Amino acid sequence: MAVRRLHPDQPHGFAFTPENLAWAKGTIAKYPEGKEASAIIPLLWRAQEQSNGWLPEPALRYVADMLGVAYIRAYEVATFYTMFQLSPVGSKAHVQVCGTTPCMLRGAEGLIEVCKRRIAEHPHELSEDGAFSWEEVECVGCCANAPVVQIFKDTYEDLTPEALDKILGAFARGAAPKAGSQIGRKTSCPEGGPTTLVDPTLYDGSQRGAWRARFPELQEGGAATSTQSDDKSKG
Amino acid sequence: MSRKLVIDGKEIEVEEGITLLQACEQAGAEIPRFCYHERLSIAGNCRMCLVEVQGSPKPIASCAMGVSDLPPNRDNSPKIISTQSATVKKAREGVMEFLLINHPLDCPICDQGGECDLQDQAIAYGSGGSRFAENKRAVEDKYLGPLIKTSMNRCIHCTRCVRFMTEVAGVSELGAIGRGEDMEITTYLERGILSEMSANVNDLCPVGALTHRPWAHNARPWELRKTESVDVMDAVGSAIRIDARGREVMRILPRNNDAVNEEWISDKTRHVADGLRTQRLDQPYVRRDGRLVPATWADALATVAQKLKATSGDRMAAIAGPLAGAEEMFALKDLFHRLGSTNVDCREDGAKLDPDLGRATYVFNTTIEGIEQADAILLIGTNPRIEAAVLNTRIRKRWRMGGLTVGVIGEQVDLGYAYDYLGAGGKTLRDVADGNHPFTEKLQQAKAPMVIVGSGAMARHDGRAVLAAAARIVIAATQGKDPAWNGFNVLHTAASRVAALDLGFVPKKPATTGVDTFVTAAGSGALDVLYLLGADDIDMSRLGSAFVIYQGSHGDAGAHRADVIFPAAAYAEKSATYVNTEGRAQMTARAAFPPGDAREDWTIIRALSPLVGHTLPYDSINVLRAGMYQHAPVLAALDRVSPAPSDVIAVLASGKGAVKDDPFHSAVKDFYLTNPIARASAVMAEMSALKKAADKSGVAAAE
Amino acid sequence: MLLEDKDRIFQNLYGFHDSGLKGAMSRGSWDGTKFFIDKGHDWIISEVKTSGLRGRGGAGFPTGLKWSFMPKADPRPSYLVINADESEPGSCKDREIMRNDPHLLIEGALLASFAMRAHTSYIYIRGEFIRERERLQRAIDEAYDAKLIGKNNVHGWDFDLYIAHGAGAYICGEETALLESLEGRKGQPRLKPPFPANVGLYGAPTTVNNVESIAVVPDILRRGGHWFAALGLPNNTGTKLFQISGHVNRPCVVEEEMGISLRQLIDEHCGGVRGSWNNLLAVIPGGSSMPLIPADLCEGLTMDFDSLSKLKSGLGTAAIIVLDKSADVVKAIARIAYFYKHESCGQCTPCREGTGWMWRVLERMARGEAEKSEIDKLFDVSKQIEGHTICALGDAAAWPVQGLIRHFRPVIEARIDAYQAAHKQAAE
Repeated sequence: MAVRRLHPDQPHGFAFTPENLAWAKGTIAKYPEGKEASAIIPLLWRAQEQSNGWLPEPALRYVADMLGVAYIRAYEVATFYTMFQLSPVGSKAHVQVCGTTPCMLRGAEGLIEVCKRRIAEHPHELSEDGAFSWEEVECVGCCANAPVVQIFKDTYEDLTPEALDKILGAFARGAAPKAGSQIGRKTSCPEGGPTTLVDPTLYDGSQRGAWRARFPELQEGGAATSTQSDDKSKG
Repeated sequence: MSRKLVIDGKEIEVEEGITLLQACEQAGAEIPRFCYHERLSIAGNCRMCLVEVQGSPKPIASCAMGVSDLPPNRDNSPKIISTQSATVKKAREGVMEFLLINHPLDCPICDQGGECDLQDQAIAYGSGGSRFAENKRAVEDKYLGPLIKTSMNRCIHCTRCVRFMTEVAGVSELGAIGRGEDMEITTYLERGILSEMSANVNDLCPVGALTHRPWAHNARPWELRKTESVDVMDAVGSAIRIDARGREVMRILPRNNDAVNEEWISDKTRHVADGLRTQRLDQPYVRRDGRLVPATWADALATVAQKLKATSGDRMAAIAGPLAGAEEMFALKDLFHRLGSTNVDCREDGAKLDPDLGRATYVFNTTIEGIEQADAILLIGTNPRIEAAVLNTRIRKRWRMGGLTVGVIGEQVDLGYAYDYLGAGGKTLRDVADGNHPFTEKLQQAKAPMVIVGSGAMARHDGRAVLAAAARIVIAATQGKDPAWNGFNVLHTAASRVAALDLGFVPKKPATTGVDTFVTAAGSGALDVLYLLGADDIDMSRLGSAFVIYQGSHGDAGAHRADVIFPAAAYAEKSATYVNTEGRAQMTARAAFPPGDAREDWTIIRALSPLVGHTLPYDSINVLRAGMYQHAPVLAALDRVSPAPSDVIAVLASGKGAVKDDPFHSAVKDFYLTNPIARASAVMAEMSALKKAADKSGVAAAE
Repeated sequence: MLLEDKDRIFQNLYGFHDSGLKGAMSRGSWDGTKFFIDKGHDWIISEVKTSGLRGRGGAGFPTGLKWSFMPKADPRPSYLVINADESEPGSCKDREIMRNDPHLLIEGALLASFAMRAHTSYIYIRGEFIRERERLQRAIDEAYDAKLIGKNNVHGWDFDLYIAHGAGAYICGEETALLESLEGRKGQPRLKPPFPANVGLYGAPTTVNNVESIAVVPDILRRGGHWFAALGLPNNTGTKLFQISGHVNRPCVVEEEMGISLRQLIDEHCGGVRGSWNNLLAVIPGGSSMPLIPADLCEGLTMDFDSLSKLKSGLGTAAIIVLDKSADVVKAIARIAYFYKHESCGQCTPCREGTGWMWRVLERMARGEAEKSEIDKLFDVSKQIEGHTICALGDAAAWPVQGLIRHFRPVIEARIDAYQAAHKQAAE
């Protein structure tokens, strides 16, 4: 991790949109009174989403003021957590290539080459048209679908350099490529079909109520009490 | 509860509440540490204090382990702890190596050299060579204001500075940004720190990452002569150490005094040092043809003697300023009385205090340490953060313990702790005193309530009524409670004040006469001679054609107005007695010699006395002090506070007069420029300008 | 013998079926929940103790025992905090639970919270899992709407469940760093003691459990602690989500019995090691922090806590990273060292300074640009980190390096020899 600094060019101000403000209030309400600071990561994250994927300095102060947190504490948080982008990112896609060992073993370095070729030589550097940027990130937690890139909210999995090239091409055209596995498998199910979970009785509803058998008090003659959630499912 | 431990083979019994590190120290073991500091929260991050505990597979950071948290042995035998085993030694060597791999080898140019914890401990745990073959980390230096010089390559990330600012100083300005090996200490956007206590972080820094910018590269610690003394920048009386080289005071550092300043001092106490070198009065002056011209001592003394001899006692007066020592005030009062004058006063600001009422009416009876016992505090017309910064950190310390209610009548400012803002002025005070305010009840519910009256409130025309109201509040709040608890407190701002009141350095009728009547009389021609003993804060333009003698150390307002100037020693250059706001008599020590022809104050007055035909009967300071102690025995009880009889508070409470509605103001407008020495300091001037600019731009509000 | 489908808990692991409330109920979720609550706090804890469930987050601490540390009468509120900061490289199981079987987690959260007398629970989910967060939130909303949770719910135990999230910091998977982060600060681990059960979230009694540990609780209660305990091996009971990544033909996540043989797991579910079993170089058996195990020790190896710790490694999160003979094992471990350097919080000295040192040395070693004496130095440095830090990240950074040196020293030496030979030639 390199030293993280705020971008030299900053907008003058920041304020949540009315929708985000309402959302922020709801988020703060998740935490006990006096513990509003707990909401700092979600609020900074929302501020980043509102600011085209990066976190401007005025937003730091805005969120800190909203939560009654000292600016230096908000600054600590923004520089500690690496998902906070402290400088502008590509308008169409900021490509986060997972480079940690499970992805590396399955070809992440090739994906980085694609980014260097298509976007910019250095991470966090905008492409010439400002539409793209990239960085190498640490494990994004999709290891069984390696190698992976994350672009904003979605992950693109089971990639090859060619597949990534296509995905970036689609972003460049303004299209929304399909997220998830790029080799057509469902989530982390083994390619070619599941080796487990093929027993149809798992899915025919027959498991419901089966647990009752182990409680004598629920057997005939016992004090059978139907739970309300049972009632609901029957209804 | 106590517990037996065997530390390095020695069985000892320790209190359950302490840490393992403290237990080891009690057993006589020396535990190296960087992050641990007894007055800060425990961080446990440097890992230098590792010890081996029987039954634990890993060495344990002793600073962060409570003795009570050690799991007991199955057979209930005492836990065996080793601070010297091979495992411990190896672990500490490892930590030391980690600290050193990215630490620059710049000790020869580092100001911390000679008093560096890392240097010292590297002797014990460091290796002769380095196994680190990589490039060292380079960290950009940070701007943290004029007092703190940074060299961030040296930082070992102990976070003492961050913890001090947040916990003790009460301003969340410093933090550690980034993470891992890229973690860096800084302020928000490298904004300069404007806390009154900020320079303490330089003392706390165990390495040379934060050093004192005003003293940068001026001196090596081993070439300095160290003198233990007492600060006079406010009425707290912080314990200090003055380091001098030759004639010059190079730096001022805190000394530990648990009863007063713990081990902190304010930025003014510390960095006024350069003010001791500039604007100094280093020879006598006499005004001739409207201009002050240099004169010999004989000349100046003769001029003054002639004037005094020609003036009757009722047409002369003396005013003592904030930095005057007890010895010179005693001598000056003595001389004036011999000259037939009772026109002496120390209440330069016009405080409506009357020493005749009794000592408890003019001191901080609860004591500074006593603040830690209080559970409710009412502040009246005071901003302790700038009037007594160190005392304010004690209030904050108490507040952080929890269970303290603070109410403020006066200016609504950031004090570093939460408080109920009751109101700005006299009406609120009357309401609280009359029991018509909810805060009255809070005081009454408190076990140990305190009321603190500020100098700004006492100096008003209705100051006597303010004091009476405060006394009434205390009496009502403490009724039926521990009689040993005295909750009435006067917070002075002048270091000289309590000693002066103890000495009776006030006119015969202190309630109706004083500084203001002297000044008015001078303006109207009813007073011919005014002797200013370091008094610079009266309105010099009102003195008319009176003959003014100024005795002091610095060329400030008084010297400009003077007809004769007696150059005198500053507090660092003399042994003098000061009594702090608590009533604690303490003595300064001479750390350097006064410049040029300047002399210690009492000797000037002694030299003047035979010339006016009233030779003072003391040829040495010891004889003078013997007389002074006879006159005011409390001054002899050095470094102690004896509780003053508190029944006199009732007398104070019965004072007549009404408190006016006007808002209260702090006696201190500018923390950095409260006295002639501070006003001579370039460092204080720079801090003052920065603070003003920050207040203007509203940055301070962001603290 | 593979686990039978009927004994699998995560029946919608891959998302082939409805992950919503209706689908979950059809698979048996939210069935008998009130009955179990009516049986009382202690009954639930006792069933979980009977099951032998050991924490699924990596450390393997017995879950029921952990719950029993929570105070029974305390004026402060109690909290259950669910650790969904799945960040250990190789691990990707909680992700599948949260997006495909979220109601297992929500029902488990209610039951576990009730067992520990908590009325509020937070799920701290890593920031990168944005879609997973959305899916989980939808499921929580469904549960609220159906009055399964919330105030005055049908189960008679007021219970609020909130999602909190991080923003890119592996260290927040450490339970006290997680609490710091949840309170709005940098994720720097706290000093222990005090432990969270005494002073946790907001200074109140708190238990932090992994997603999988909580999600298996409803099935343990329905089918019985004994059912769970009968699966797997003694002291290593139950089923487990294994995650296999790296050089296998078909990487996947799969639920299997604890103690399954590594080879069976790879052959049956992953289509075998790339090339063949004989092409195996080594596995990292429990997420990146676990020391690797060379191929010769993998034969007959079973995947459970005890047998892996006998090999000086560990089950961790049961995330298996497979390296075949084409892999550059030094580079693979150097990349792991970089990960720990990147993720060190910076708080304590050995980890802050040592992780970067180890990485830099390993980077050189991967090129061969080192001295052989540095191998022992590197091992010594790793030993000076291990056990000397505030949290386990120091250990996690040290172990993979130690594993590399323990099993692949000749590879490093050969690399150094080759480099020196090449440069000697160049110099001549």
